[in-house]
Order: sequence, then C-alpha cells, then structure tokens
Amino acid sequence: MSKPIIATTSLAGCFGCHMSVLDIDDRILELFELVEFNKSPINDIKKFTKKCDIGLIEGGCCNSENVHVLKDFREHCKILVSVGECAIMGGLPAMRNGIPIRECLEEAYLNGLTVVGNEERIIPNDPELPMLLDRVFPCHEVVKIDYFLPGCPPRADLIWDALVALISGDEMKLPYEVVKFD
Amino acid sequence: MKAEVKKTIEKYGNDKFRLMDILIDIQKENGYIPGEAITQIAEDFEMSEVDVEQTVSFYHFFSQKPTGKYAIFLNNSVVANMMGRAEVAATFMKELGIKFGEVTPDGSAGLFNTSCIGMNDQEPAAIINNRIFTRLTPFRVKEIVRDIREGKDVDEMNVQDWGDGENSSDLIRSVVSNNIRKIGPVLDRDFTAGQAIEKIIKLKPEEVIEEVKKSNMRGRGGAGFPTGLKWEFCRNAPGEKKYIFCNADEGEPGTFKDRVILTERPRLLFEGMVIAGYAVGASEGIVYVRYEYKYLEQHLEKILQQAREANYLGKNILGKKGFNFDIRIQFGAGAYVCGEESALIESAEGKRGEPRDRPPFPVEKGYHDMPTVVNNVETLCSVVKVILKGGEWYKSFGTNESTGTKLLSISGDCKFPGVYEVVWGFSVNDILDMVGAGKEDVQAVQVGGPSGALISPDEFNRTLGYEDLATGGSLIIIGKNRDILSGIVLNFMDFFIDESCGSCSTCRIVPTLMRNKLNKILNARGTQQDIDDLTEWGKILKASRCGLGQTAGNPILSSLKNFPALYEEKIQKNKSFDSGFDLNAAIKESAKATGRIPNF
Repeated sequence: MSKPIIATTSLAGCFGCHMSVLDIDDRILELFELVEFNKSPINDIKKFTKKCDIGLIEGGCCNSENVHVLKDFREHCKILVSVGECAIMGGLPAMRNGIPIRECLEEAYLNGLTVVGNEERIIPNDPELPMLLDRVFPCHEVVKIDYFLPGCPPRADLIWDALVALISGDEMKLPYEVVKFD
Repeated sequence: MKAEVKKTIEKYGNDKFRLMDILIDIQKENGYIPGEAITQIAEDFEMSEVDVEQTVSFYHFFSQKPTGKYAIFLNNSVVANMMGRAEVAATFMKELGIKFGEVTPDGSAGLFNTSCIGMNDQEPAAIINNRIFTRLTPFRVKEIVRDIREGKDVDEMNVQDWGDGENSSDLIRSVVSNNIRKIGPVLDRDFTAGQAIEKIIKLKPEEVIEEVKKSNMRGRGGAGFPTGLKWEFCRNAPGEKKYIFCNADEGEPGTFKDRVILTERPRLLFEGMVIAGYAVGASEGIVYVRYEYKYLEQHLEKILQQAREANYLGKNILGKKGFNFDIRIQFGAGAYVCGEESALIESAEGKRGEPRDRPPFPVEKGYHDMPTVVNNVETLCSVVKVILKGGEWYKSFGTNESTGTKLLSISGDCKFPGVYEVVWGFSVNDILDMVGAGKEDVQAVQVGGPSGALISPDEFNRTLGYEDLATGGSLIIIGKNRDILSGIVLNFMDFFIDESCGSCSTCRIVPTLMRNKLNKILNARGTQQDIDDLTEWGKILKASRCGLGQTAGNPILSSLKNFPALYEEKIQKNKSFDSGFDLNAAIKESAKATGRIPNF
C-alpha cells in the first residue's frame, strides 16, 4: 500500500500550530516514514501535485485568498482537519469581528497612532492584494471540515495521536483532559 | 448632577442593595444614566465603577446614552407582529425620521425595540415614558408623533378611552384593557381584604402550611413546585430574618395574567403574601414587578397604604402580638431572566440578574443570604382562597397532579384574546372553542411561551396540567396564514439570544449558532446535515444553569419535532453539505471601504 499523503497550510494563523507539529520531536522521522507530504510549508511545495488523503488547516479565513486556498484543499483532500483555535473559531484574528471592517482599515491605514507617511490617505487597494473579508470565518463555515483538533496550539501529542489514528484507522484515545470544557 | 444623585441615594437610605431603585430614578430624571452618576454612586457606596456599570448595562430600560425626551419602546413580540407591528414601526420611523435604536437630532424622541411588554391581547403596543399605548395603528402613531412635536405630556397623549375596571381609576389612567373573559375561584370578587388574615391569626403557622399542603397546590410560575413544601422548607431553614418574594416579573412572551391581577386583585395578592409571611415567619415581603408595569406603581402603593391603615400590614397585625409584616415594591428594569427566582433575588439586591448556582436554594439562602420564599402572583392569590375555603375545597378542582385552577393568557389568532381562569385538565381543543378560534383556521398553538411547546392540530386533544402540558399560562394561537419558521420561531430565537444573561457559554453561544442554521435553511442553503445538527446541538443547552438557557433552543427543537415538514421542504435534497458561505457577500463592506470591485 502506498503511503498516505498529507498536505498542510496556514491561513489566518500564526504558524504556531505548524510549530506544534514540529514539536513532536524525533517522531517527525517516524512521521516521514509513515506518510508522504504534498503541498505544505514543511517541504515548501506550493501547489498540489496530486490528490491527498489528509489536509491539516491552521487558521481561519480572513481574506479571499484564504477562501481560495481552503476550497483548493477541500477539492484535493479526502479528509480535512481544522487544527487549532483559529481554524475552529477564528481565534485572535476574529477579535476584529465586532468592529466594522471600514473602521479597522481606517484605524490601520489612516487614523492609527502609528500611521506615518500616508499623505494621500490611501487604504491599500491594489488589485493584486487579496480582499479582506468583512469578518474572519472559521473554516467549517466555508467548507466541510471532517475533524477538529482544539488548542492554541493543539499539543504536539494530540496532533500526533490524531494523525496516527487517522492513518491507522484506530479509534483515537480522548482522555478527559483533552475534551474538558474549559 | 452630584447633588441630585446624592439626594436619590439618600432617598433609598444609603443602601447599596437598592441600586435598582436609584438607577430607575436617575434614568427617569435624565432619560439616561450619565457617566458622572455612575462615578458618584460608586464613590458613595465604595464600589468600583464597573460594579455599578454592570448593573446599568444589564437591563434594557437603563441606557448610558440619552434616550430622548420621549423614549418610545415598541414591542416586537410574535403577536405584535401578527397584529400589524410592521406598519406601526414603519410609521414611527417615517414620522420621526429615525431608525430603531436612534434618537432624533433635537433629542426629542428615541425609538427602541423591546420584547413582550405583557399586552399581547391588545397589540401592537408601546411604552412611552412609562405609559402604555395599546392597539396602535399608523393613524394613531401619527397622532402620537404630532403630540410629541407639540411637547404634550404623555398623560395628555392618551386621548382614547381609558381601559375597563381599575385601568380608568385616577391612579392608573391607562388605555390598557383587562379582557377578563372567564372568572374562577381566584379571579372572582368574593373576597374582602383582611378576611383570610383574621382566620390565620387564630391558627398556628404550621397549621397554615398544613392547609396549603393539603390543597396540593403547585407553583403557578411554570415549574410547579409544591407551595406548601416550599413554605415548610423556608420555615425550617435557620436564619435570623426571612423574606417573602412575589414574582411579578412575568416576562414570558404571551403572558399577561399577572398584570390583570395587579390591576384588579392586588388586595388578594398582598393578603397572600401576609399569609405566606405568617406561615414562614417572615417580616418583610417584596413584590418584584417588571418595569413594563411601572404604570401601576401609584395604584399598588395606594393599596399597600390602605392595608397599613387597616393594620393588615405593619406591626402586631390585627392585634396578633409579634406578627409584623410589611411589603415593598421592587421594580425591575427589563430583563426576562429575572423571572428565574435566584436571578430575581440578585436583581432585587441591585445586581445583574444572573441566576445563582443552586443549591443552596432560595428557601435556604435567598435575599441577603436569608431563607426566602419566591412565589408567583397567581400562587399567592390562590393561597388566600385555600385558607378561606380549605385545602379540600381547592382540591375538588382540577386533576390529581394539578389541583385548582389556572389563569391563562391567550392571544394570537382568536376572537377573544384575554385572561381565562380555567380548571386544570382542559384540552387545547376546549380552549380553542372557548376563545373563538375555529379549528380549521388554526395551524399551531404555542403553549407556555417560547420556552414551551409548539403543538400541531394532532395534539390539540392534549390536556393542560403537570401530567401532560405544563404551562405558566401563555397560549398563543397561530392561524393558518402565518409563516411559523420566519414569523414565530425566528422571533423567539432572537428573544432568547437577547435575553441570555451571558453567564453560561452554552446559552450564550448555542442559540446564536442555531439561529444561524435556521436562517441558512430559510435562505434555501440548508441540508439534512443542518437539521441533524440542530437536533444534536439543542441537547447541549441542557448544561445551562437556569431554565432560560436550558429551554433556549425549544422554539427550534419543538417546531422541528412537531412540524418537521416545514424544515424538510426548505432544504436542498441533492446536496449532503453546504456551508452557506457566499464570498461575494462576505467582502461587501470591505470592497466598499477600499473602493475595489471584486473580481472572482
């Protein structure tokens, strides 16, 4: 049997969840024995070259590019996993959700205390730039997500256990500490 | 401002537990609660400003911004909508030139939404500066706005005829109608103040409790706890002082029976509280009345004063040595959750109306941590009749589990909306006949308000009572031409979301998620998955601390159970999943702000 193929991405996240993946320490060698990586910052493959089995998504969707990437992942991956608080609930970036987007942009580019030099008072509008969404969306509000790994970031062991369970097909152990409410 | 606040604080005996009264006065005087007032109160009571502010921000009749010289609160309940609220609201907006939530530029009038104000049998209704305006029409709204422009006093604006009974008395002078349609043992006029007190002072408190226990009476607020048992628990609980609370915070949309009792039978209610006080060994009673009924204040105060003069209240009542009991009225300030007994007590102590953890129950640790009985208005009224005519007599009405009678507040699509006192054990069909609603015209009946059940014609043979359909007394009749999902269920969900105290994350979050799903289904983006999710997620709410949170999903769960076709016909059959996400909609504001034209 060929190795399962994994893809990962960080949308509106901080790469902390990816760091947590690296935090599995020497098991990373074992992981590379078990799976093959396709599109992922880990191996720097930028575009999908084939269909994948598992997609790990860090971060929610704060702009149009995030949405396109996420939809691309959904098309190419059999199983999608929201990894971490931002993917599941929007996380820190979603703190702007209570503020109208215009106010956010004006604060950042026109009126903020740290704004210098923008004499023409332009809010960046180059067509090349992704467009900000009016609010930050958790991934499952954009595409179907199959599994959720909570945490900020999810502990390395949790990510490891989840991957092993997905690959082996065995049921994942979920002790109380992992599923407790707060 | 400083002097004014100081004076108000002194008026309430420099007691920080009377914060609600202090804030109500300041709100009334200024049309809002200015920041300086909050600073001043915090200073005087040696509290932090946020402690004062959290009370201010909790109640929707308190505002930290000016609400206008005339603050108009238009009811947005389901029945108000059925009765033509949309046109009334549009006329207000057009005539005043503002939207809801705004104040006119000259500060003369503010326009706000408010949830059910207890006038379901005479909607659409509004509260303007504590006066009630019922049966509004676009024409009437134009008159009101014209009067506002002329600066008329709200009392002069009530140009229609006054309502029936006490509503037309000098101290109420309101256009509200009682609409008492059926009278039973509680509502009948066969009662003279003091009658029951004379009887109980010859009995031992334990004997009074025994009589109430014998009647098998259960609390009329909805939960149905046996009244006699509650009193006994409180009597036996250790505490140097005990309190009797009357819960007159009827906030369940569709309920208005307590308003009618407070208008027409307040003597009966106060007498019930005296009896409870005697039985339990309490010396203080507090009637917690919802702010919406503030227009009854002078009327109630006068009747309390008469009772004091007759020595039905006060010291050594009717010559019984050591039997001291007095009653005061505590107004709320607009919060449905305060109908929950421990939240009500918190509110009466001047705090946010957040339900407490239970146990300990209020009968052990209630107001000021002392044993407290909280009884519904109707319960306390029924008690008087039990004392006068005996527990056995009371038990002769109703069924085994549900003895006595029940006051129903009936509204919606029927000929005779109003208050009906019926014997427990009535079927829904009987009620439809009674209120003049043709069965073929009725699509559904909402029993027990939004937290209750939406039942379909298949179940109209079910009976009212704790054995089957328990209810606090609200019945909303929904005609054939109403859209249940968008017109009723969605409104109820909005209501619960607005009224959550925010303490439990379940109640704070899940109802919003459920409403989003419902909207998705209404927007033709739903799938079977969404229906399954609603059923599953609804279960999580059971983890909430109080009844509000636990039942906040009921509008959806109940309609899903009894009217599944309404949901099924709206979902997409060919898709197993649809997130409902629309990229173009999601960048609308952002595109405007940056001046870009989306190009996907």
